[in-house]
Amino acid sequence: MNQLWQGLLQAIELIFAHDPALWEVMQLSLRVTGVALVLSTLIGIPIGALMGLSRFYGRSLLMVFLYTGMGFPPVVIGLFVYLLLSRSGPLGGLESDLIPALFTPGAMIIAQTIIAFPLVAGFTMAAVMGVDPNIRQQVRALGATRWQTTLAVLTEARVGVLVSVIAGFGGIISEVGAVMLVGGNIDHKTRVLTTAIVLETRKGNFDLAIALGIILLGLSFLANLLMLQLQGRTTYD
Amino acid sequence: MTEPLYELDDVRKQYNGRSVLQIPHLTIQQGEILALVGPSGAGKSTLLRLLNFLEPPSNGRIQFHNTPFSASQPMPLSLRRKVTTVFQRPYLLNRSVEANIQYGLRLRGRRNEQVQIDAALQQVGLQKMARQRARTLSGGEAQRVALARAIVLQPDVLLLDEPTANLDPYNIGIIEQIIRQLNEGTGATMVLVTHNVFQAKRLAHRVALLLDGRIVEIAATDMFFHNPTDPRTKAFVAGDMIY
Ligand SMILES: Nc1ncnc2c1ncn2[C@@H]1O[C@H](COP(=O)(O)OP(=O)(O)O)[C@@H](O)[C@H]1O
Ligand SMILES: [Mg+2]
Repeated sequence: MNQLWQGLLQAIELIFAHDPALWEVMQLSLRVTGVALVLSTLIGIPIGALMGLSRFYGRSLLMVFLYTGMGFPPVVIGLFVYLLLSRSGPLGGLESDLIPALFTPGAMIIAQTIIAFPLVAGFTMAAVMGVDPNIRQQVRALGATRWQTTLAVLTEARVGVLVSVIAGFGGIISEVGAVMLVGGNIDHKTRVLTTAIVLETRKGNFDLAIALGIILLGLSFLANLLMLQLQGRTTYD
Repeated sequence: MTEPLYELDDVRKQYNGRSVLQIPHLTIQQGEILALVGPSGAGKSTLLRLLNFLEPPSNGRIQFHNTPFSASQPMPLSLRRKVTTVFQRPYLLNRSVEANIQYGLRLRGRRNEQVQIDAALQQVGLQKMARQRARTLSGGEAQRVALARAIVLQPDVLLLDEPTANLDPYNIGIIEQIIRQLNEGTGATMVLVTHNVFQAKRLAHRVALLLDGRIVEIAATDMFFHNPTDPRTKAFVAGDMIY
């Protein structure tokens, strides 16, 4: 108990002292997750909109894949990306400049994107399907093209779409297995909040570990708070 | 009222193999108000969807401004945009009243048309509510916004699918007045689906009775109500038809 208290106090000190190690790790976390989230949004929202709005051959099968993706163990995705990017893997073997090497932030971004985009797509699909189909007909009757109709429905479902992005954020900011595997937790290079916590705990640096934990908790808390706030708003609309 | 704006030839619509609309021939004249009456399920809304080019007919073709529309020939966007529909329910976007009225203009890339928007708001008597969220309006106000959103586009054709069902007499009065003004002022053509015989009498130049997807009778309003030829029209006019 004493250890916990001491750790907590020192952690708060570290946070307020703008400890450089702490900031570095946090910044990398936010950068990796931020880029992955932008990519997931760019991939996930169109997929979600397509699946929510059109009926096409193979849609149900795609839906099964999507739902599986939403609940897929992240560490298995980490393994998959590891195998893809490793030197003997199909992508790593190409040695292309466009494909990030293992143990780089780029590799972590790929893994996080694969984890997050099904979440974004799935929640977007649900949000879009919640929009009255008659709105679509009305918008078309006002002269909307197919593309303008999709945009109008996404705008109607905007709160749900935002929630989908926040859900994606929550899914990857606190993820540890995949980034550990493909990032390697290298100091100054691929060490993020979650992997740093694992390491510092093992080393017995509880103050730093707790400080990292507080930051991670704070970020997750903020994301969830925002999500609840937004979800609360939908019910009034 | 000389030139046919729409010309339908052998138009049929089927859903899952079931025929719901079958019109061998029909013309709609430029500038007329045509009322469509008939029991629920007769195919009135389906006909309006075809006239707004929201769905193609399964067979046959619809000519609009001498341009064909059929299962294999989509209506060009510029012509499709000359037609719009006000449905029974207003289906407003979750934005402000003003943004709703602006919506159709923006679709057409027309941005700075505040004068038109204000005029439309004024016409439906909602200028004080421009900034209000559309979802907070009463039923009658919402339907007036839906009407303003349509008329701001100055459409060649306004399709109205039971626009005043479930509204109070005050709002019905306002909406009927706007319909009449628009028709007389701009010569807009209208097809009005209504269950209200009095409304048809008040507004329409011609009335058509639709039963089971077929037009049983179509005639000038006076003839339709006072001198119908088909016994089913007689029954309808006499109020014998139960909905
Ligand atoms: N999208 C659709 N799919 C299947 N059946 C439909 C569809 N739309 C309309 N119908 C059927 O077509 C018939 C005519 O419907 P509708 O045009 O809505 O009639 P009305 O407007 O005169 O009440 C009804 O039997 C209805 O069930
Ligand atoms: Mg109907």
